[in-house]
Amino acid sequence: MSAPRTLYDKIWDDHVVQQDADGTCLLYIDRHLVHEVTSPQAFEGLRMTGRKVRAPEKTIAVPDHNVPTTPGRETHIDNEESRIQVDALDRNARDFGVVYYPVSDIRQGIVHIVGPEQGWTLPGMTVVCGDSHTATHGAFGALAHGIGTSEVEHVLATQTLIQKKSKNMKVEITGSLRPGVTAKDITLSVIGATGTAGGTGHVIEYCGQAIRELSMEGRMTVCNMAIEGGARAGLIAPDEKTFAYVMGRPHAPKGAKWEAALAYWKTLYTDEGAHFDKVVTLKGEDIAPVVTWGTSPEDVLPITGVVPAPEDFTGGKVEAARRALDYMGLTPGTKLTDIKIDTVFIGSCTNGRIEDLRAAAAVLKGKKIAPGMRAMVVPGSGLVRAQAEEEGLAQIFIDAGFEWRLAGCSMCLAMNPDQLSPGERCAATSNRNFEGRQGRGGRTHLMSPAMAAAAAVTGHLTDVREMMAENA
Amino acid sequence: MDKFTKLTGVAAPMPLVNIDTDMIIPKQFLKTIQRSGLGKNLFDEMRYDDQGNERPDFVLNQPAYRRAEIIVAGDNFGCGSSREHAPWALLDFGIRCVISTSFADIFFNNCFKNGILPVVLPQEAVDELMDDARKGENARITVDLESQTVTGSDGKSYAFDVDPFKKHCLLNGLDDIGLTLEKAAAIDSFEGKAATLRPWV
Repeated sequence: MSAPRTLYDKIWDDHVVQQDADGTCLLYIDRHLVHEVTSPQAFEGLRMTGRKVRAPEKTIAVPDHNVPTTPGRETHIDNEESRIQVDALDRNARDFGVVYYPVSDIRQGIVHIVGPEQGWTLPGMTVVCGDSHTATHGAFGALAHGIGTSEVEHVLATQTLIQKKSKNMKVEITGSLRPGVTAKDITLSVIGATGTAGGTGHVIEYCGQAIRELSMEGRMTVCNMAIEGGARAGLIAPDEKTFAYVMGRPHAPKGAKWEAALAYWKTLYTDEGAHFDKVVTLKGEDIAPVVTWGTSPEDVLPITGVVPAPEDFTGGKVEAARRALDYMGLTPGTKLTDIKIDTVFIGSCTNGRIEDLRAAAAVLKGKKIAPGMRAMVVPGSGLVRAQAEEEGLAQIFIDAGFEWRLAGCSMCLAMNPDQLSPGERCAATSNRNFEGRQGRGGRTHLMSPAMAAAAAVTGHLTDVREMMAENA
Repeated sequence: MDKFTKLTGVAAPMPLVNIDTDMIIPKQFLKTIQRSGLGKNLFDEMRYDDQGNERPDFVLNQPAYRRAEIIVAGDNFGCGSSREHAPWALLDFGIRCVISTSFADIFFNNCFKNGILPVVLPQEAVDELMDDARKGENARITVDLESQTVTGSDGKSYAFDVDPFKKHCLLNGLDDIGLTLEKAAAIDSFEGKAATLRPWV
């Protein structure tokens, strides 16, 4: 009998084309997702060397980072540089014959939402994209990670990557989550516990009862932020929920191929006794709704906490915390719930799916956002948007005072016109609170969609559980 | 890609931990469709004020470090996005080597594709080299990839590890797509087998 293997080991083994003596492998890539920001130089490289895309049918392109989220964008994008990038993707997709969802297609959206939605992402696959949040697809039990533009070119030309295997890390969330606590709180709490370099050199497998109890969309939220924990990828073993989610999607296998796929997918789990190089365990019932206070995703605290002081930390983090507090304009000892906000952003590849919009709408129903608040919802794809309109969620957002936008990455990274001005403070459901991330001088607090919705109503960071109690 | 063999140059001290790719090159500069020209916006928001004037206290604006070729940085340098614009901006400014206790994975790989050497050393060594870098332009640090050593201005040497394949590519300035395309037969054969084993992919 062969030695017990982890889920990561199994997927890796099934994709090694060739292994050198020093452990360097050529790894086969099943799906290559492409967006407009990290691909132009790669396609240009192919042109300059006269190379082709080896597997255009496994290459899926969609513009998302730059696109405005306001009407009229199909015909014109005001920002010239953004327009050039979107036009370049359009031309490259046509010239090289890859699968393409242009802005005018209702299926357009954030690449990490479109892939699963269209059934391109399947268990056991290797999935890459020139985007660090490719980890999202790990929710299906796929090995999915971000790559740079040189590697994008390498995958386009060869359908492989030169890789060395990472170590195995297990993150187990035992027990069940308490009411008001979500997948976002899990993933932020893990980063808070391990730090942004805690997963460096590792692939994380998330497991445990609380993970099993999450929906597929919740699992995508958890895996999405594996990168903020420093890991190469995060993944979750596929189960009946996974298979049910995949079944019937446009590019999911059908008929006999479905049966064959299902038989294979059921072998995708970590064997009893397989070795993990690092193990982190959190109790599901200990996780509270959390927010970030600083400028690193590891700056996580329960909403019931207070702003820390630099002296609460050690080593290089003391200076980093001092800088973060200065940038964020916060005073140590302030209750987190006393922090006033002026902007709310609900969306992104972390929390731009239908369940996220449902969770936010449930908090907002029959309520208004605080006076002066600027709040926007940016659905993760055109299809999520359409579904939310059909379910009446869009109307709840609009009635509450939110702007109801078209699909894209939007204010998560503010490459399009959706940006914070200096000093503005945002409750955001996205994934990064870095300095300037949402706009130069902008201040970001990361949290779940329900928490962001609660903050929109009160005008300050808010414990959504209290609002739930009022509603009950 | 330019080769990296041996470099002796000024090292800029950047002791901040978790220097992320949004700091290295903010997103408004990712709209280019070229690889070059990003050096002037390297560390843009730390380097310039809101009016676009240089902030005199930022290390790369100080006379001693304006031509730095090496950065000695705090832990977890390059965390965040996969943007290769980060190493492109460093390279365009003239940085060929970054020394830290740890790097984010994607950034680390991206460096090697662009002739930049990321060197991982233990905390103590980074602390000593940081002090060295603080001495300014007279304190030059030497990074020798062949012998895998960093030597401070006082002559003290530190050995570092590097992946043999990555070292080979960097020493010779090799394009790894060309190397992989030589293995086309193996890729063909893998695809043939996979089509039988996993026909739904």
